[in-house]
Amino acid sequence: MDKTPDTEPRQSWTFSRETNSEIRRAAESGIYDIRGGGAKRRVPHFDDLVFLGASISRYPLEGYREKCETAVTLGTRFAKKPIELKIPITIAGMSFGALSGQAKEALGRGATLAGTSTTTGDGGMTPEERGHSDKLVYQYLPSRYGMNPDDLRRADAIEIVVGQGAKPGGGGMLLGQKITERVAGMRDLPEGIDQRSACRHPDWTGPDDLEIKILELREITNWEKPIYVKIGGSRPYFDTALAIKSGADVIVLDGMQGGTAATQDVFIEHVGLPTLACIRPAVQALQDLNMHREVQLVVSGGIRNGADVAKALALGADAVAIGTAALVALGDNDPKWEEEYRKLGTTYGAYDDWHEGADPAGITTQDPVLAARMDPVEGGRRLRNYLNVLTLECQTLARACGKSHVHNLEPEDLCALTMEAAAMAQVPLAGTDWYPGKPGF
Amino acid sequence: MTVLDAANLSLRDLNQTLQAAAKTRSNEAFEILNPRGSHAVAVGLDGPVTVTIKGSTGYYCAGMNKEASVTVEGSAGPGTAENMMSGVVTIEGDASQYAGATGHGGLLNIKGNASSRCGISMKGIDIVVHGNIGHMSAFMAQKGNLVVLGDAGDALGDSLYEARLFVRGEVKSLGADCVEKEMRPEHLSLLEDLLARAGADASPAEFRRYGSARKLYNFNIDHAGEY
Repeated sequence: MDKTPDTEPRQSWTFSRETNSEIRRAAESGIYDIRGGGAKRRVPHFDDLVFLGASISRYPLEGYREKCETAVTLGTRFAKKPIELKIPITIAGMSFGALSGQAKEALGRGATLAGTSTTTGDGGMTPEERGHSDKLVYQYLPSRYGMNPDDLRRADAIEIVVGQGAKPGGGGMLLGQKITERVAGMRDLPEGIDQRSACRHPDWTGPDDLEIKILELREITNWEKPIYVKIGGSRPYFDTALAIKSGADVIVLDGMQGGTAATQDVFIEHVGLPTLACIRPAVQALQDLNMHREVQLVVSGGIRNGADVAKALALGADAVAIGTAALVALGDNDPKWEEEYRKLGTTYGAYDDWHEGADPAGITTQDPVLAARMDPVEGGRRLRNYLNVLTLECQTLARACGKSHVHNLEPEDLCALTMEAAAMAQVPLAGTDWYPGKPGF
Repeated sequence: MTVLDAANLSLRDLNQTLQAAAKTRSNEAFEILNPRGSHAVAVGLDGPVTVTIKGSTGYYCAGMNKEASVTVEGSAGPGTAENMMSGVVTIEGDASQYAGATGHGGLLNIKGNASSRCGISMKGIDIVVHGNIGHMSAFMAQKGNLVVLGDAGDALGDSLYEARLFVRGEVKSLGADCVEKEMRPEHLSLLEDLLARAGADASPAEFRRYGSARKLYNFNIDHAGEY
């Protein structure tokens, strides 16, 4: 009798090999997984949108001939000295401590060469960072590590961090391996301890308090500095409205693909909204309060190329911020370090144990030997190049839509390839004039 | 002595006058009338100047103070002397929550009581409270000294780092990782100096010292129940 044919061994979708490996890891260690970066799961994103381009009813602009402006001014509402950027792409807040001094310097150099701003992070401002950043945004965080009024006045803008996309409602964790003597000194902490960053500000709660806090910061800085308020993608309509009510000049809105230096994987993957889902509610809040373009919106979380930039702007953002992509441009997760990634039990592209301080690329580390691999001049050049490419790509798409300024891009220029993206971006599903939730349907 | 009437001045004009005087480093003296609980009064002073506020203030009075001497002849709202760097801030009455939050240096001298979260995340400031303090005071306090002549509320020094806490009265409860510690001669000497600077009539021997057990400095799953 013939043998019954075997079927291919079938893996469970629910209990995949990856899932099971995490169960085994948890059972072995007794502690949750901490990692860097943003959400790795597939979520509706800018890839699910396409531009319609020009047609008989819309005429395009000539590439390389007709101008397509990219300049953006942030902080026009109240600040005496708004920030003027040549491109609508900024560098997001990342701390010295999470990153090496060389990496921070490279970010400053690259941003300056490209005509944009960079941002400090938890842990304060270093002289190198200030020195190499023509425009530096100073983050004002719950921990207030390294916070002092001199640096506040030295900054070009102040960003009050309420939350970030990777972990709305979460604080920070910088493990002891990265708390070197210098990092510890800047943060007033003992060397080598696990440093916890608070999730709430120590001296204000709620929008009424925030309004007074912003008043205080303005009084201390002579009303010169634009005040940004950074929020994680959580309740973007209400958070944007409340930040405007509190007196913010700029809203920075970070979706769940935005990176963190170190947080529980369960937090990164299961809290917060995809960036795509955040933009339209935030813009709606700005429009409802008659503040669109008066209070600028900076969107971050998973911006990778000029198409992402253009799509964020078309949905109503004034600028975007990049973090993870900037680190990749500097050399993070580069295949040239594959042998060392393998020794760490990972592979290029997947390396996310940034908190352990063993980054072969010398970026997310405080180890002086590893950090020396990061050449800040070369890193700055690479970042400048990358920012230029993003800008050129964004201009290319804007011209194709007939726009003489990238800010003239609009939702009408877009359609969605999936129902989910159509619903989140509130642009029609391709080939239709409909999106889920459209009024009148 | 220059007298500024807050009833007739905008907050910007008031602060600008004080900030400009501080910059000249001439130690000029100012008296502020009718503060009426205004927020952000005398903030960001960056130099030696003496300011006496004749009444109560709102949020963040003397915030981020450097070198200046600010006295509130009344009570103070939340976040008084927050992130103070140096100088002396004196509150003749009571202080609301978060007094001295994240302060790096100088002396915050509260003659009355202080509410909850006094000295939260303090990073080197000295705080002397002549009365009682509320719950969660010195939460995540990193450096500096908190001296309380009265009683302390619940969860004193929760998740404390290296700040030193001295309490003369009763402590309702200690927070996670905060323990009573031996009062050694160097602590008595430090306390004597702090009490003298604050003009407090108390003997160092009457106080007990609290500090970090340092068990939570590096994450250990066996301590998860402490959080």
